[in-house]
Amino acid sequence: MAGHGQYQPKNPILKWIERRLPVLSFMHDSFVVYPVPRNLNYWWTFGAILSFMLVVQIVTGIVLVMHYTPTASGAFDSVEHIMRDVNYGWLLRYIHANGGSMFFLAVYIHIFRGLYYGSYKEPREILWILGVIIFVLMMATAFMGYVLPWGQMSFWAATVITNLFTAIPGFGRAITLWLWGGYAVDQPTLQRFFALHYLLPFMIVGVVVLHLWALHHVGQGNPAGIDVKSDRDTMPFTPYATAKDNFALVCFMILFAWFVFYIPNYLGHPDNYIPANPLQTPPHIVPEWYFLPFYAILRAIPNKLLGVLALFGSIAVLAFLPWLDTSKVRSARFRPLYKQFFWVLLAVCIGLGYLGSKPAEGGYVIVARILTAYYFLHFLVILPALGYLETPRPLPASISEPVLPKKSGAAVAMGARAPERKG
Amino acid sequence: MRKTAFPLLVACAVSAASSAIAQEQQHTPAPPRQIWSFAGPFGTFDRAQIQRGFHVYREVCSACHGMKYVAFRNLAQPGGPDFSPAQAKQVASEYRINDGPNDKGEMFDRPGRLSDYFPSPDPNEQAARARFNGALPPDLSVIAKARGVEAGLPRGLFDIVTQYQEGGPDFIYAYTTGYEDPPADAKLSEGQFWNKYFPGHRTAMPPPLLDGQVNYTDGTPATAEQYSRDVSAFLVWVAEPHLEARKRIGFQVMIFLLVFAGLAYLAKKKVWSDLH
Repeated sequence: MAGHGQYQPKNPILKWIERRLPVLSFMHDSFVVYPVPRNLNYWWTFGAILSFMLVVQIVTGIVLVMHYTPTASGAFDSVEHIMRDVNYGWLLRYIHANGGSMFFLAVYIHIFRGLYYGSYKEPREILWILGVIIFVLMMATAFMGYVLPWGQMSFWAATVITNLFTAIPGFGRAITLWLWGGYAVDQPTLQRFFALHYLLPFMIVGVVVLHLWALHHVGQGNPAGIDVKSDRDTMPFTPYATAKDNFALVCFMILFAWFVFYIPNYLGHPDNYIPANPLQTPPHIVPEWYFLPFYAILRAIPNKLLGVLALFGSIAVLAFLPWLDTSKVRSARFRPLYKQFFWVLLAVCIGLGYLGSKPAEGGYVIVARILTAYYFLHFLVILPALGYLETPRPLPASISEPVLPKKSGAAVAMGARAPERKG
Repeated sequence: MRKTAFPLLVACAVSAASSAIAQEQQHTPAPPRQIWSFAGPFGTFDRAQIQRGFHVYREVCSACHGMKYVAFRNLAQPGGPDFSPAQAKQVASEYRINDGPNDKGEMFDRPGRLSDYFPSPDPNEQAARARFNGALPPDLSVIAKARGVEAGLPRGLFDIVTQYQEGGPDFIYAYTTGYEDPPADAKLSEGQFWNKYFPGHRTAMPPPLLDGQVNYTDGTPATAEQYSRDVSAFLVWVAEPHLEARKRIGFQVMIFLLVFAGLAYLAKKKVWSDLH
């Protein structure tokens, strides 16, 4: 998205188009010659993987909608119709259901990569906040999608989550009734969730475009966390990053296919194969795995309103990260203390996930409280303090310095040659 | 040194606390895992077994349980019990299906056709509950996926690698063979039975399978244990009729992706070779 105009189409038709709408040079600038730091590791391939997952979910979702019925009496039947009678309907549904999980797996890796390498720091604050918005939209989309099969977990998850809004003082009950479209989770709720489940992914696409725009404007971060200083620090997006992203994507698809074809119901709950029954509460209401840490935070706090605030706060705090982290050094590679706290935070989040899957009783609640407290402590106390207490290790002079052999004439020539390969 | 101490301390405290709470729980024993022909990446149904299982369903289970998502035509489709279309037609014709209204506006009964679905034993939920003392025998169409065995940690993680997806049939087998005398201190009310593997132990379903109850013509032992095994396998096919196609296509996809990954890796290496 930087300077334009290097690209000159030869074909007369393309020339005609380019003069009227410079979309070809735009694509060329964004996905071919776009300079990428040459030291990116495989944790940086998850952006491409996430784009792929978004397309997979939208394409399979649109085909599923052609066979799905968003009614309380017909939803469960229509899902079974898809599984049994629609050509490859089972494949579409299993891809879509497991695709949601894979999408979240990839986004969590993407987020923790950002935390480790300080991807949220100046000048990438807006890029990061757009990412948090995408994450929130993803959560809303996934939650409403889970309701659509209208099984027991669908119904009771919808009941539990919509009931959170009753905690709002004063208007809580009114807001919840408004969300339900009635006096309980029922047909109107299902139908509006269906409408929103179809709408939100396209909003995600919109925010992803902004996310990429911001990314291409400020440039990608990198594992060293230092700015690009010269052409020697970068390489053209195509073929280098494309080849690497492609390999990582295929590896990710192997994992994805493993779940879809061999253990398609592993990540789901058996209760969701029982049709929704408003008169019978399941013994344990559990959300999908990717919501478990947040569910643990919600249940850790005895006061309903405070629990809901903690739940939303645990996500909202991420948006303030660029200002909570006071260290000037981006990458944890050069932050000996932060590096350790990063791994503790990761362990705490996984621990919260485990506790979210357990009943909220006895020792589980106590541990969940400790971990919840630590989660907020990490962002609100440890991170701001670390910037002052920690002595970072010396940063390399440039990105290419640790990669290229020092001061060898041949290396300079090779480094300089790289960008010529474009086109 | 002092700086590294705090995060380590937190980590220790967390792991100690979580192992302490792992102690509680355990009320109903987890159903033992069985060996099934359809398990694993190359699993297929044992045709004779699910034909026998269908026989058991028809003779025993169908008295109380429906199977409303299964059509008679499904019996003859590939990847299932593999009945011939003529056999499936024969099965269908043995059922009476309520159809209509006809030209006079009346409902009427007629013999079943291939396109019909298995009729449920009770016209509606209320009728079933009235017949069974308030209990509702669930429809069996997806029961093999609607029941499961919680593996816990770390076993649950190994199940990803070993592709364990047979919690449903394991439970059905354990449940239908798990009836025993209640412990001395346990009180059972009218119409309740004690089952080792049923959550809470008290179930409204009487022991369904008895030795010699169903005639097997292929020499398979006519025991309750064998009926249970066969009907569990049959119910897996009922819940997941495309299981065989899924695993077959899955293997093809895996081979394709592995080759593709190899090529993608070599392409990446070639492209990057002139960079350093």
